[in-house]
Amino acid sequence: MSNQPAVTAAPGPLRSRLPTAGWSHRNLLDLEELSAEEISLILDTAVLCKEATDGCRRKIDVLAGSAVVNLFFENSTRTKTSFSLAARRLGADVIDFSASTSSLSKGESFIDTAKNLEAMGIDAVVVRHATPGTPHLLAGHLDVGVINAGDGPHAHPTQGLLDILSIRERLGDLRGLTVGLVGDIAHSRTARSNLWGLTKLGAKVILCGPPTLVSDRWRELGVEISHDLDAILPRCDVLNLLRIQFERQHTSPFPSVREYAHLYAMNRDRLRRAKPDLVILAPGPINRGVEVTADVADCPQSLILDQVTNGLAVRMAVLWLICGGRQQAADPAADRRRIV
Amino acid sequence: MASMLIRGGRVVDPSQGIDRIDDLLIRDGLVVAVGQTGSQPLGKVDETIDAEGLVVTPGLIDMHVHLREPGREEDETIETGTRAALAGGFTSVACIPNTEPPIDTQANVEFIRQKAARADTCNVFVVGCVSRDRAGKELAEIGQLVEAGAVAFSDDGSPVYDAELMRRAFEYCRMFDKPILAHEEVLELSRGGVMHEGLVSLSLGLKGMPAAAEEVMIGRDLALAEVTGGRLHVMHVSTAHGVELIRQAKARGIRVTAEACPHHFTLTDECLRGFDSNFKMSPPLRTAADVEGILAGLADGTIDCIATDHAPHAPEKKLLELDRAPFGILGLETAVGLCVTRLIETGRIDWLRFVAAASQLPAEILGVNRGTLRPGSVADVTLIDPGLKWQVDATRFASKSINSPFDGWTLTGRTVATIVAGRVKYRLQ
Repeated sequence: MSNQPAVTAAPGPLRSRLPTAGWSHRNLLDLEELSAEEISLILDTAVLCKEATDGCRRKIDVLAGSAVVNLFFENSTRTKTSFSLAARRLGADVIDFSASTSSLSKGESFIDTAKNLEAMGIDAVVVRHATPGTPHLLAGHLDVGVINAGDGPHAHPTQGLLDILSIRERLGDLRGLTVGLVGDIAHSRTARSNLWGLTKLGAKVILCGPPTLVSDRWRELGVEISHDLDAILPRCDVLNLLRIQFERQHTSPFPSVREYAHLYAMNRDRLRRAKPDLVILAPGPINRGVEVTADVADCPQSLILDQVTNGLAVRMAVLWLICGGRQQAADPAADRRRIV
Repeated sequence: MASMLIRGGRVVDPSQGIDRIDDLLIRDGLVVAVGQTGSQPLGKVDETIDAEGLVVTPGLIDMHVHLREPGREEDETIETGTRAALAGGFTSVACIPNTEPPIDTQANVEFIRQKAARADTCNVFVVGCVSRDRAGKELAEIGQLVEAGAVAFSDDGSPVYDAELMRRAFEYCRMFDKPILAHEEVLELSRGGVMHEGLVSLSLGLKGMPAAAEEVMIGRDLALAEVTGGRLHVMHVSTAHGVELIRQAKARGIRVTAEACPHHFTLTDECLRGFDSNFKMSPPLRTAADVEGILAGLADGTIDCIATDHAPHAPEKKLLELDRAPFGILGLETAVGLCVTRLIETGRIDWLRFVAAASQLPAEILGVNRGTLRPGSVADVTLIDPGLKWQVDATRFASKSINSPFDGWTLTGRTVATIVAGRVKYRLQ
């Protein structure tokens, strides 16, 4: 495959097909603040982007002249790569900015850093940070769009969207589906974004894991919780297997990985006792043998690799809605920035 | 020296059981009398203040203030902090010793007293460290600190973690009849936390500080106070169950007193939904049920007094990621407005109880000769307009910092004049 894929779609026709109406947000911070219609709009836009780019493999130029900064204060390989590629597929310029190479090590505050980048005339900031709320704090200080690429255990909206898109592709309408989110709910931004997105679209969510990782308090939001995977297994249409985030714990939430895997790992035996068309997701990186055994991770019901492709599609859609919508809004200042 | 007549105000002095429209006469920095001046020979009065429509109280006392000096003068100094106190109606503050260096020697106590004298603002009572270098390993030279003028002891900012050291501190302080002001927190339970542990922290993915982290330590210290006969003062109690533990302990005769902060009876953890670090403090904002528990504790006297835990932080420090931003909010300049709005206007407590909580009882706990308008006492007086509606504007604070979540709020009740030893030190412009 070439590093510089050919531009295949003419900007005019596709640009007119991509939506700008129905989207009123400058930022994408979490799914909790979006309506079901807005979530569906992103998903529909993602489908359009996927088609227009021949399955996310080719480049179009609807965002030519836009500049997107990846501002990552926490390590990431797949999400950062996915955002970069999504922006490039739409023709935008991408600048990667990681905390270790920045002036942050010189004591500059992250808000100062972001404001400096903004002053260079960028269109959107994709931010990942270990602290919940940091993208929200940035959004309050910047005029450009802020896209949350994961803020600690709080939110990872594009992950939630790509999970939902993957389910929708396989099973259709989410209404009436039962989705089990299994594992480290306490530390999982993926769990929270799935929870908001799925319930808004009419799915039923069950949170499953040991009490040290699944708080009873979730019931106060009307969510079912369970500590027994085998009990809920026959009812689930989808299982999303969340990684145990050992790095975020002071004391281990369970006695051993062996015991955890015994109680909660998705293996072939459990697969046999599930619905025949059960769909399995995992946000990755997966710990094979902990949340999921290798054979199940690679079985036909696993959508793990579809999730990766849909991640590109969803991120293209989000970048389009946040940068493209602004372009369309006839913002002379933005035009000047692009000319310069 | 000068004389002053404060005429026609509603004088509220729980130490004498007074709550009536009356005059207050001051001479040579001391209270002469509360009483209708028509019936007694006045002599020449140098200054008359018309207090009609105002509440006249013994000067308010905030027994929990971080003045930050020495060491963190970018946040606050003794001068700016005490000016903020005056603007808030406080004629006295007790300054907490978690400075850099901490106040654990006679020389450090003397430094604060000299700085305060030079500022010539309000009274500053010095709280000394319980432990040397506030390190929690061995007792500070408590007797020397008492000699230098320390009125109480605290390692606030941190709990005294070693239970045996806390026991020794209670025992040793009995000799001087000084209270230990305790920050109650089991650090293993609150480690890494930025807010109350509950449904909100769960939704926001923020590390929580469970109510139990505070309550377990209150329980330990109550047991130690009981076994030693020492005096425990629970600082900034924030949970309903914590209030209940103190209520039970008082019924058992344990020598315990407690304070609550205006933010803890006004705000809840819901405020964190905007991720604003101005709502980050320790102990954290808790739930509506906890707010109710504190209000009930203030009403029935389980919580003796109101203290602000005034904790200034320079704006650039608060403007950080939520887990890097420091704990603490300003308190001095919004306290009266919050108390009138949240406690008195709502009928939860009356003026007598408020003045007891904000003046008389802090003076008694600290053992300082203030908090009363009895004839012959030092004429520290606060004049409050109980009906004045005003908007909080943090940029106009006397404090050096602006970290108040109440910025922009409209409050009822404001200090209009603050008089220290017979001299008007603050007047609302």
